Amino acid sequence: MSAIGPDGERVVERVSIARALNLGLRAAMERQPKVLVMGEDIGALGGVFRVTEGLAKDFGEERVIDTPLAEAGIIGTAIGLAMRGYRPVCEIQFDGFVFPAYDQIVTQLAKMTHRSRGALPMPVVIRIPFGGGIGAVEHHSESPEVLFAHTTGLRCVSPSNAVDAYWMIQQAIDSPDPVIFFEPKRHYWDKAELDPGAQPYPLHRSRVVRPGTDVTVVAYGPTVPLALRAAEVAQEEGRSLEVVDLRTISPLDLAPVEESVRRTGRLVVAHEAPVFLGLGAEVAARVTESCFYSLEAPVLRVGGFSVPYPAARLEDEYLPDTDRLLEAVDRVLAP
Amino acid sequence: MTSSTTGRTGPGTDPVAGGPTTAGPPAGSGTAGPAAGPAPGAGAGGALHVVQLLTPDGRRVDEGEDPEVAAHAAALTVEDLRGMYRDMALARRMDTEATALQRQGELGLWASLLGQEAAQVGSARATAPQDRLFPTYREHAVAMVRGVDPAHVLSLFRGVDRGGWDVEATGVSPYALVIGSQTLHATGYAMGVQRDGAVGTGDAGRDACVLAYFGDGASSQGDVSEAFVFATAFQAPVVFVCQNNQWAISVPAERQSRVPIAQRASGFGFPGVRVDGNDVIACYAVVRAAAERARAGQGPTLVEAFTYRMGAHTTSDDPGRYRPSVEVEQWRARDPLTRLEAHLRSDHGAGDDFFAEVARDGDALATRLRRDVLEMPDPAPGTMFDHAYAAEHPQVEAERAWYAEYVAGLDGEDRPAVEGGAGGGAPAQGGAA
Repeated sequence: MSAIGPDGERVVERVSIARALNLGLRAAMERQPKVLVMGEDIGALGGVFRVTEGLAKDFGEERVIDTPLAEAGIIGTAIGLAMRGYRPVCEIQFDGFVFPAYDQIVTQLAKMTHRSRGALPMPVVIRIPFGGGIGAVEHHSESPEVLFAHTTGLRCVSPSNAVDAYWMIQQAIDSPDPVIFFEPKRHYWDKAELDPGAQPYPLHRSRVVRPGTDVTVVAYGPTVPLALRAAEVAQEEGRSLEVVDLRTISPLDLAPVEESVRRTGRLVVAHEAPVFLGLGAEVAARVTESCFYSLEAPVLRVGGFSVPYPAARLEDEYLPDTDRLLEAVDRVLAP
Repeated sequence: MTSSTTGRTGPGTDPVAGGPTTAGPPAGSGTAGPAAGPAPGAGAGGALHVVQLLTPDGRRVDEGEDPEVAAHAAALTVEDLRGMYRDMALARRMDTEATALQRQGELGLWASLLGQEAAQVGSARATAPQDRLFPTYREHAVAMVRGVDPAHVLSLFRGVDRGGWDVEATGVSPYALVIGSQTLHATGYAMGVQRDGAVGTGDAGRDACVLAYFGDGASSQGDVSEAFVFATAFQAPVVFVCQNNQWAISVPAERQSRVPIAQRASGFGFPGVRVDGNDVIACYAVVRAAAERARAGQGPTLVEAFTYRMGAHTTSDDPGRYRPSVEVEQWRARDPLTRLEAHLRSDHGAGDDFFAEVARDGDALATRLRRDVLEMPDPAPGTMFDHAYAAEHPQVEAERAWYAEYVAGLDGEDRPAVEGGAGGGAPAQGGAA
């Protein structure tokens, strides 16, 4: 199955996020021989989420590298490959497994460009399926994005839908900087119409994905579909929510948020990561500074609790849902 | 070349000292106290062969050695040997000057290489121009052999920048300060060399290998074990050069490994060799053989250069708190320079004039480096924003702009000169070393 027809014509098809990522990786690998894909079980198996399905067969094991089971080794060798001119795309199997590689990411990957005064750029992409909602065992449902966004030298993005997934993975690969690419794993199978001939939206831009007038809701990754559902419910109650999909976490693009808040005067930020020191804190601080005289209510945050991610039977209680999001909407609208 | 645990090193012979050995403990006993002065063939883990081609009193030996290793040593010309001596002497003189500069407050810190000149010069001289080397913060002689201006090394320790030599031109990666991290970079780089088809072609100008430097302390790091795993799994062209200088700051090598570090390689499925790290000829020949093996596509080798950190860990350290001076004295008798000097004098006709000339060159280098260091300008504050990212990052640019505006609003006296932009802040350049 190809996104481009046999005669090179556009084929608009409904694809899942996982499939869109696969197509995006293929497109990048076809375009650039220096692009490599590496990680655990990404070859014959196609990755535990099948994102790399068929790549080993089509591109060979020199470019699709089934690595030993060692995350620091994956990122550390990717750094060396980047020094040699390659553009590795590393898969970390689950969010909670990134920490053996955390040192290599934070102390080496993020700083190599700076410490070499630009001589050693690090075009490395690290794909991390993140977030909860799939009933998994421990360490398979975490949202560690701010631990990376806080580190200068890294760029962090998160697509919320298949169209963005297709373009953003290619744009991340094209970036001369390391990009931590957070994939909303509970939505891997959500489908959307993909037109590979369309003009891609810039990687580091946020955008309004549902216009509204009463409250601005900021989300990224898995909370975008959540915010859109909440907006549907609110609509029935006569409230109009404007949903902004951040898409990019570092750098942050708050221009669409600020523009929206100047109209609505009210802002709720939603993420699965714990509220405490989460991205919502940064968004709230900035919007408070830039839109102080437009705000009609304090900026509210909705997210995970300050506890370890709970056992699967409790995750529906832990994760923000439409009720929790709409409760915050109620509060910012309260007279 | 293969890992060898047999050979000349019999009981009662210390291959480095060349005389009766201090009794080493049996394998695995782990009781070798630092005060005993670890014998290269004993120490942690017991007897194994140690490649030595130049005895501490300057005699060339090679009986029973790997023929390939012996051949590389035999191919060295008198000029090569003089060059090795000169490299070691210049590195030592540079090191002495750097220590003095630190004591005078001109460097923030200095990590002395004293005692490790042979391991560094020998291994670096075994590389080809197309090879890539991944040093730690103590590999000053490696850097110099590869043509890095030591002023760049000093600029790092002065706090002017992070080093800043030309990585592509010299083949020397930036110093690694997080222990062991660079061994993975080296392995990944070697995997790239493989993918570029620069291994096993038989073209000496094309086939390349990678040297990963680390120490006895680093051997405990997970990154090093993972580097071994990746290198052997992919048969990457890496030579792991472990300078076992016996001390990881204050902790003796016995705490890092119950077996000789060279023996670790066999558990990962590739050869490991212990070499007398104070014998520049042996270090050269063994690393050269390992490098040829790597370039030919035969995979990684671990070379453990058994040496000694004669000085402190850094200028902030006080080794008197944890190791006896008698141990230092024992190692002084195995000095890498004096043994090569003895050999050059007795076997190759080098006279006082040669050594005086090297000493003069060393002094000239020291004078030039001192001048360069003192003339290094502090970097303009705005340069801290440079290269945080390779492509423009709005957060960094917003802060750069804010800072410039902030500084512009300060009174004249308090106002630093804010400059920057890509490529700013180059260290002062001196003449050729």
